[in-house]
Amino acid sequence: MRVAGRGWTASFVGLFEFIGENGVLLGQAARFLAAGAMGGLETVRQMSLIGVNSLPIALVTTAASAAVLSLQSAAQAVPYGLGSLVGGLVSASVAREVAPVLTGVVVAARVGSAIAAELGTMKVTEQVDALRSLAVDPVEYLVVPRFLACVIMLPVLTMYADAIGVVAGYMVAVASGVSPGGYIASATNPTFISMYDVLMGMAKTVVFGAIIALVGCQQGLRTRGGAAGVGQATTNSVVLSIMLIYISNYFLSEMIWM
Amino acid sequence: MAASRAPMIVVQNLDYRAGGRHILKNVNLTVYVGETLAIMGASGSGKTSLLKIIGGLARPTSGRVFIGESDIGGLSEHRLNRVRLVMGFVFQYAALFDSMTVAENIAFGVRRHYNYTREQIARIVAEKLRVVGMEGTQDLLPEQLSGGMQKRVGLARALAMDPLILLYDEPTSGLDPVTTTGIDDLMIHLRDAFGVTSVVVSHHIPSIFRVADRVAMIHSGEIRAVGTPDEIRQSEDEAVQQFIHGTSQGPISGIG
Repeated sequence: MRVAGRGWTASFVGLFEFIGENGVLLGQAARFLAAGAMGGLETVRQMSLIGVNSLPIALVTTAASAAVLSLQSAAQAVPYGLGSLVGGLVSASVAREVAPVLTGVVVAARVGSAIAAELGTMKVTEQVDALRSLAVDPVEYLVVPRFLACVIMLPVLTMYADAIGVVAGYMVAVASGVSPGGYIASATNPTFISMYDVLMGMAKTVVFGAIIALVGCQQGLRTRGGAAGVGQATTNSVVLSIMLIYISNYFLSEMIWM
Repeated sequence: MAASRAPMIVVQNLDYRAGGRHILKNVNLTVYVGETLAIMGASGSGKTSLLKIIGGLARPTSGRVFIGESDIGGLSEHRLNRVRLVMGFVFQYAALFDSMTVAENIAFGVRRHYNYTREQIARIVAEKLRVVGMEGTQDLLPEQLSGGMQKRVGLARALAMDPLILLYDEPTSGLDPVTTTGIDDLMIHLRDAFGVTSVVVSHHIPSIFRVADRVAMIHSGEIRAVGTPDEIRQSEDEAVQQFIHGTSQGPISGIG
């Protein structure tokens, strides 16, 4: 699916192609997983590439966002003597939305693009055909490990992001006049935030991980037209997966918390 | 070389459309056990599509393609993989896995499909490298090899599972004349020493006449002539004569 530069009809057809191809890819990957094909060492390698290497950017973006959230909340709440609410507000927002969504977005940018570029290059240099000629299914060999790695590692990254977000929020809140005890008391108050919130926030990122891996693989495997095609696939994978993460996040949150 | 007359590959009434274009039109072709058939034609004539369909890398729009007894057009991916195991595909630009060493490339299929020990695999890799004249290059990466060497490794990878059929996509394009002859000799050696059935897609006339037992000329998705190299040289088909002599006047457009 091209994102821009075509007529409405073509975009419409492209949309259905996009949904169809991703659906088929998900089905094929699920079949291999159900048959017990977990990708072995390749999955572990991808988990390291996707998970461990994304940790710094996930931590920095979430910490900075939690800090600014804390700053603004404190600026509003402290003058009214409501500073003790800041801890609960920040940690609930971080655990439910900020950490999951930001982690999804930074991994989409960092990993989704890399997946699309790698698979796209393999496609245009006939390496994907070479796999098939050696009777190796590209979905089993390329898609399954990336899919599993994304789906497993996103919640893990989110857990770390949650932790650093609450800590960053604490430091800024305290510097803005919130009492340390008040922050901690409200940040651990079940009216604001419970274990359920934390786990559901992580669960949402399972969906984000699936989106990132599927869209990256789908865009990569349909790449045509040499280097320019690879560039296009990379851009598309990032744009599409970030849009899908934001849209699905709304509906997931509505389902979980409403 | 006199090929025995049992058919190995039979293509019947094959039509192939892709991207809104009618690429192959009612193609009929038989390749016999142990022979080398060259498919020649201009760029865009559909010869690579035909090879990919025979190799199970593209699906025919209609018609039948038999590899031995199996009609591969309607097979599921899973069953098609069984058939792919008896075919080796040599790609135009080698298509080596660029993150793997030469040895890992050659061992790739064997490792995935058979439970061989490390020693057995190392022996297979060394043996195939010897066949293609690339001994001792196991630990090199594809980027460290020249184009001709990459093609040899691609051939060794295709040979690793001891295929009955070898499919070559432009095996000598982009190579210097000496390297070209080296690859040609290798193809002839594989046919004579192992009885491999081969289909070679090429537009390199001297190479085609050197390696082929029979030649098929394809033009605009249609087979225009099939015969021994001598029969093809004497063919009265305009496209065949134009192609062999490389003239700009004739049915083949020079800008294709």
